[in-house]
Amino acid sequence: MSERGTGALVVRGGTVVDATGERRADVVVDAGRIVGVGPSVAAPSGARVLDASGCVVSPGLVDLHAHLREPGGEAAETVESGARAAARGGFSAVVAMPNTEPPVDCAAAVRAAQSLAVGACVEVAVAGSITVGRAGVQLAPLAEMAALGVRIFTDDGLGVQHSGVMRRALEYARPLGVVLAQHCEDEALAAGGSMNEGEWSSLLGIPGRPAAAEEAMVARDLALVRLTGGRLHFLHLSSGRSVALVREARASGLAVTAEATPHHLCLSDSELRGYDPVYKVNPPLRSARDVAAVREGVADGTVDAVATDHAPHPRESKDEPFESAPPGMIGLETALSVAYGALCLPSAERGGPAGGPVAPGWLADDASPRLALAGLLGALSWRPARIAGLDAPGGTDGGRGGHGGPVAPGSVAHLCVFDTAARWTVDAASGSSRSANTPFAGRELVGRVRHTVVAGEAVVVDGEAQR
Amino acid sequence: MNRSDLLSVADLGREGIVEVLRLADSFAEVSERPVPKVPALRGRTVATVFFESSTRTRLSFEAAAKRLSADTMTFTAASSSVAKGESVRDTVETLDAMGVDAMVVRHSSAGTPAQVARWVRASVVNAGDGQHEHPTQALLDCFTLREALARRDGRPPGDDLAGVRIAIVGDVRHSRVARSGVLAYRALGATVVLVAPPTLLPPDTSSWGVTTSGDLDEVLPGVDVVYLLRLQAERIRECLLPSLHEYSARYALTAERERRLAPEVLVMHPGPMVRGVEIDSAVASSARSLVTRQVRNGVAVRMAVLFRLLAGAAADPVLVPSGRAGGEP
Repeated sequence: MSERGTGALVVRGGTVVDATGERRADVVVDAGRIVGVGPSVAAPSGARVLDASGCVVSPGLVDLHAHLREPGGEAAETVESGARAAARGGFSAVVAMPNTEPPVDCAAAVRAAQSLAVGACVEVAVAGSITVGRAGVQLAPLAEMAALGVRIFTDDGLGVQHSGVMRRALEYARPLGVVLAQHCEDEALAAGGSMNEGEWSSLLGIPGRPAAAEEAMVARDLALVRLTGGRLHFLHLSSGRSVALVREARASGLAVTAEATPHHLCLSDSELRGYDPVYKVNPPLRSARDVAAVREGVADGTVDAVATDHAPHPRESKDEPFESAPPGMIGLETALSVAYGALCLPSAERGGPAGGPVAPGWLADDASPRLALAGLLGALSWRPARIAGLDAPGGTDGGRGGHGGPVAPGSVAHLCVFDTAARWTVDAASGSSRSANTPFAGRELVGRVRHTVVAGEAVVVDGEAQR
Repeated sequence: MNRSDLLSVADLGREGIVEVLRLADSFAEVSERPVPKVPALRGRTVATVFFESSTRTRLSFEAAAKRLSADTMTFTAASSSVAKGESVRDTVETLDAMGVDAMVVRHSSAGTPAQVARWVRASVVNAGDGQHEHPTQALLDCFTLREALARRDGRPPGDDLAGVRIAIVGDVRHSRVARSGVLAYRALGATVVLVAPPTLLPPDTSSWGVTTSGDLDEVLPGVDVVYLLRLQAERIRECLLPSLHEYSARYALTAERERRLAPEVLVMHPGPMVRGVEIDSAVASSARSLVTRQVRNGVAVRMAVLFRLLAGAAADPVLVPSGRAGGEP
């Protein structure tokens, strides 16, 4: 992280929400830290004022799951463009997935990835892969990478298929103070499929990836965590039964964590009816019943975090025939708004398609909200910060750390200012990501990130990236 | 521009299917003429755009276009820019820029014709997309069935298949013919039972309005039509079947099973047949087999589909043949 932009700031007129509660307060920032929080705190003269009236001021958001594509996929995204997209989504830190080309599976690759992150407008924490080349056969040098500050290891894009390899990875990583993160899909059940297996795949003639492929690996990994005492995080849970398995395991005292994506909180497999590859993602969009169950999982805390699985792809690859188009959708700039609509608003107030036909899967069910905004901010900020070790001062590799709050004097000044009343229509072309593969293009969302402060620097002001 | 496409049988609905069948009656008559050609689509261009190899469907569409006096263009993936790495989108946009009026598209991925329809101005006809649909096959099957039932009952062809009981037997899961067929037969009032081992049925047919069975012998006494699907040997490698022998024993229309059928029961197959696997040779050539009629009717039905999409409201109904008039010299 750079040292620029650390002049004094006042975030004025908002309602502060963090893990300690909610209060009407201005926030004064100086030299990268929060120096005052209160209803009438004196601001240093010459401080820049960020208007937050009508807004919620929270700790900066933390994304456990972003594909920034660099190196190797610069046509889709770079660390710089992805970080800018993250900032516009209210994030102060993101975890960059290691499935780059080449993958981050050794110390040299970690150093290279970390050097790309220097100067990005949010903190970019580098994740490493569990196995060499993400091939699922041989353990990557987890300790060497951990020594460089890597805290999350994953072969994401693929799960570790071999039970024995996963068992040894969980055991080996135990003393390193790191977390292994699993993409749960048993490829023996999922390979060759391009959407959720069920009524819609049957009608559309698209080979399916059954929910059972995810549930089988979740169940297997829970057994392996019991066996090894390893630390495991479940990426992007999409099936209601997976959530139920995790709920039961946690009730029995198992220390696992889990995340869900914004898209799995609001889109179901009926979206695939037009064969638009923008809706193709792994794990796939599931049934409306699964969507409701994943929402419930976030609401009751079984699912700790909402994470984007931001997966940029250039236009030409998403213009491929459906079955050969790559899976994935971008999400950094829309995550909070989408999750806010899905979880915190009654269905009548969620926005929806702008000018288009009503798509049945879109935010279609419960009339009453499931979660207060503070609960959602926990899932997008302080809980993922803790999972990734980004809450600690100093962060993971000489970064700022201190993510997830609290919004209190002495904390590193990472802030997200969210205007809960704003309504906006997503325009993929005007996003900061190099890619435009968002399923929310053209849809109206409620609530929008207005300002983002990272380590005392206002990196986004009134929705505009400042660098 | 008021363009129309044929991507799914569902695009037609009952009314559209009936319209195509009636038009096909006229075009079947054209096909019987010494010079089987009408000027209905003179000056229009129809491109067959096949990213997956096919001979019979492509030739059938090209014959249909030529009998309507349309110009035709042929694109096949093996001999083309696709082999050089050009994308589907660039390929169809290039053809579109040449001023094609209709593209007849086949691709191994479900939904490709629907995607192409979003990219081009031309009307798009789905000639088979992955495991999704093959609408003109279903239409020609309806046409053939309606003709055969009329002959059987000694009456002119009706518009529907009300009360007709159809068993579709075999690899329904991977069959675009079955998906389009179910939609078309149901729209015309037939009842459908899908017969296959569960590994070859789609995962969830609860919204299809059909019944399913794993026992062909139990189903056969209650049906009017046995529609057999091709079985590919690769299903064994995919662990969907133990052996072709076991499949044939339970699901093939063998000569022995054929002898037990009532005389008026009809047998259909979309081709290509694997004789000895899903159907015995003698059954395929028997009097109850409509296989040859299916192929013959394909041209007239595809003429009807192309005519309906391209002639549109501006069409001069005089050009629709009703007798000898209108044929080209």
